[in-house]
Amino acid sequence: MFNFGQWTTAFNNWLLGIGVADWLTVLIECVLIAVAILGVYTVLALFYILYERKLCAWFQCRLGPMRVGKWGLLQVFADMFKILIKELISLKGTDRFLFKLAPYIIITSSVVMLACLPWGNGLQIIDWNIGIFFILAVSSVGVLGILLAGWSSNNKYTLIGAMRSGAQMISYEISLGLALMTIVVLAGTMDISTLVAEQENAWFIFSGHIPALIAFIIYVIAATAETNRGPFDLPEAEHELVAGYHTEYSGIHFGFFYLAEYLNLFIVSGIASLMFLGGWMPLHVPGWDGFNMVMNWIPGPVWFLGKAFFISFIIIWFKWTFPRVRIDQMLAFEWKYLMPFSLANMILMAVCVALGWHF
Amino acid sequence: MSDIKEKILKIYPEATFEEGESLLVNVAEKDWLKVATALRDELGFDVLTALVGIDWKDSIGVIYYLTATSRNWEVVAFKVVAADRENPYIHSVSKIWKVADFQEREAYDMLGIKFIGHHDMRRFFLRNDWVGHPLRKDYDTNPEINPIRLNDEENEDDTCVYELDEKGEVKEVPGKVFEEDEYVVNVGPQHPSTHGVMRFRVSLDGEVIKKVDVVSGYIHRGIEKLAEGLGYPQILHFTDRMDYMSAHQNRHCLCLCIEKALGIEVPRRAVVIRTMMDELMRISSHLLAFGTTAMDLGATTAFFYGFREREQVLDIFEKTCGARMSMNYNVIGGVIADLHPDFVKDVKELIRIMPDRLKEYNTVFTGNVIAKNRLKGVGILSKEDAINYAITGPSGRGSNWACDCRKVHPYGVYDEVEFDEVLETGCDSYARFLVRMKEIEQSCRILEQLVDRIPEGDIRAQVPKIIKLPAGRWYQQVEASRGTFGVYIESVGEKTPYRVHFQSPCFNLVGVMDICSTGHMIADLITVGAALDFVIPDIDR
Repeated sequence: MFNFGQWTTAFNNWLLGIGVADWLTVLIECVLIAVAILGVYTVLALFYILYERKLCAWFQCRLGPMRVGKWGLLQVFADMFKILIKELISLKGTDRFLFKLAPYIIITSSVVMLACLPWGNGLQIIDWNIGIFFILAVSSVGVLGILLAGWSSNNKYTLIGAMRSGAQMISYEISLGLALMTIVVLAGTMDISTLVAEQENAWFIFSGHIPALIAFIIYVIAATAETNRGPFDLPEAEHELVAGYHTEYSGIHFGFFYLAEYLNLFIVSGIASLMFLGGWMPLHVPGWDGFNMVMNWIPGPVWFLGKAFFISFIIIWFKWTFPRVRIDQMLAFEWKYLMPFSLANMILMAVCVALGWHF
Repeated sequence: MSDIKEKILKIYPEATFEEGESLLVNVAEKDWLKVATALRDELGFDVLTALVGIDWKDSIGVIYYLTATSRNWEVVAFKVVAADRENPYIHSVSKIWKVADFQEREAYDMLGIKFIGHHDMRRFFLRNDWVGHPLRKDYDTNPEINPIRLNDEENEDDTCVYELDEKGEVKEVPGKVFEEDEYVVNVGPQHPSTHGVMRFRVSLDGEVIKKVDVVSGYIHRGIEKLAEGLGYPQILHFTDRMDYMSAHQNRHCLCLCIEKALGIEVPRRAVVIRTMMDELMRISSHLLAFGTTAMDLGATTAFFYGFREREQVLDIFEKTCGARMSMNYNVIGGVIADLHPDFVKDVKELIRIMPDRLKEYNTVFTGNVIAKNRLKGVGILSKEDAINYAITGPSGRGSNWACDCRKVHPYGVYDEVEFDEVLETGCDSYARFLVRMKEIEQSCRILEQLVDRIPEGDIRAQVPKIIKLPAGRWYQQVEASRGTFGVYIESVGEKTPYRVHFQSPCFNLVGVMDICSTGHMIADLITVGAALDFVIPDIDR
């Protein structure tokens, strides 16, 4: 398989070769990576906004955006420019500093998570031995931004939205973490590149069979709740709380929440594809060499994006189908059913691994 | 008639009677509380159907239309006149019939009648700094007295109770709606789920609702006041704009009331057409209710499914009436235009697709476990409360109260067609929702029986060019999409009515928001509102 690491190493050697100082090399590379990741971030967010709008239109017997560009493809750009040129309204009685800080906390946490994802062989920015653990830790920072946004807005709706969000994200993080840990038990590592490499012969959802499948389902449910999407979109339930924690935001500050929400959808789908569906690893069937060869011709990033978009499709699908749950029902579901179930599932996985009942 | 007179004389020997379209009993103000209690407890008048405050120039008072459900829904009117016209007091019956709570506030707002013993005597529609009471005949409409005010209302928490002290004199006891340290969240008037400009002030304990205060009047247009200055054919178009989801039924009701007063015989073809239009309207309204309930619970897709079929109904209206909303179709003596040639074909097509579509709704929304959990057990309204609060229509039938006006006071051709009165025993939001879905089936059934039996003939009767009603009072009820809609007309023999009162079902529905939502979560406030399915212009009028 083609290793993107060759390119990056070659670039690094070239920089050093033409006599650029070590520190400057690092600086140049960091800036390039930052530009690349922000570019990818924006493009993906725009794509996701269009993706969801089109999908939801089809579910609802509509066409969706059609006017701007062919099939409405340029609609998202128009929307983005609109958000960029809108006024940032500052309100009386808000905590100015925290109010402005909150969107940046949210966007930072989601950019850092994006950097952890494996896009292809050697195409990964942050890769170290506690990869998954690091992703979980960073994702918890996002809730801080939501709480700050709700608190600093000096509005009763945002406060209720923020409190709901705090309760929801902290609760569902447990199931999310346990579902991921189940796979870590199977893989025996938290290092992201090793995790992908281990799935060369069979993706974890196949090699881990029943417990992995259960973990996958739990993960998708918990991830939906983590990203505040329907049926768990209580923090911003527009029919109850107008827009929840970001009611008072306008312009690009609102845009940050909006982008982060869509990007978080991509990130949780990306993590699911990494942990269950092999990340950028093509579909391999041991023994079918010809088939594997054909699969290898499809580049890694295509595999990765394809899997992520597929999982996002499922999450979008049930957002537009299900009604919203109530806060007490949602918390009861997590603490009474989902968490005990994922604990039991982890034990099941441990037993399977100990007895070698996996592929 | 004489039977009921004897019974009333037994509990109140001083009663005097006036004959008319329905029996009217004069009751002295000082005895009213005692008589009202006896009427409910001994004579079984369990529903306060309408409360109409009227200024007769020399005196001011209230006419109460009471219904005895146990005695074949007999309606009797009671007239209570306040002693002092300038500073009128009448004893409140809001403890006997809870529905009077808001109705007395409306009467206070419009006529300045203060109800002794009412727990919360605030204005209902107008601002609390409004000068004068518009439905009084000596009201000054000079815009300088009541300019368009651009400031917020001050002291909106202030309320008062009028009580009798030991000497028998009325004294005012001030009070507050909410305590100083309550966490009050304002829902509305501009809110995605209040279905219009409705405002609730909700006191919360965490996410649990402690009290709901309804603040109405954001779309009050003074229809009753306007009607006093217009001729009868001109009043008709107001009815389409009250509950715009029951436009045909409301207008049907006013036409029936005027036709009853004039003694006009409506041609058979028009009667059948009116009945069919009423049922189409009901289907369209219930489809909208399905969609908005689903949307308020977060299931946006189901909303579009409901609207898809509603479009078909609106297309039928458009072809025949020329409009999709505010159809202005019924006129005094019949209907304004004949049916479009496609009407029969379109209605048959609608009847054909509806069963499948209802199944689809069930798959998409009703059968969903989340939807069931959100709706079941939320907003419990017992049958006793439903009767006491006069909650009619699908919401009342969801509490197992058989209150369908089409069955108890048949009009149109409802006595000739077969249909079931849908009843549910759940008493919760889910029951109300189910009643609506099943009523769509029943409406289709009525349409199916009528669609091939539309008789030929005239579409309207000959009516005088200038319509003058003889002196008297009339009250007419029909079953609108959301409950029993009533029209009260009092005439002194002129071209314009002396007093018109519209008794709208949604006005009563909003009265149970407090008892239905208290103790539930804030999210349930939206559920309760969606399942009661009130339309704001119908409340405010």
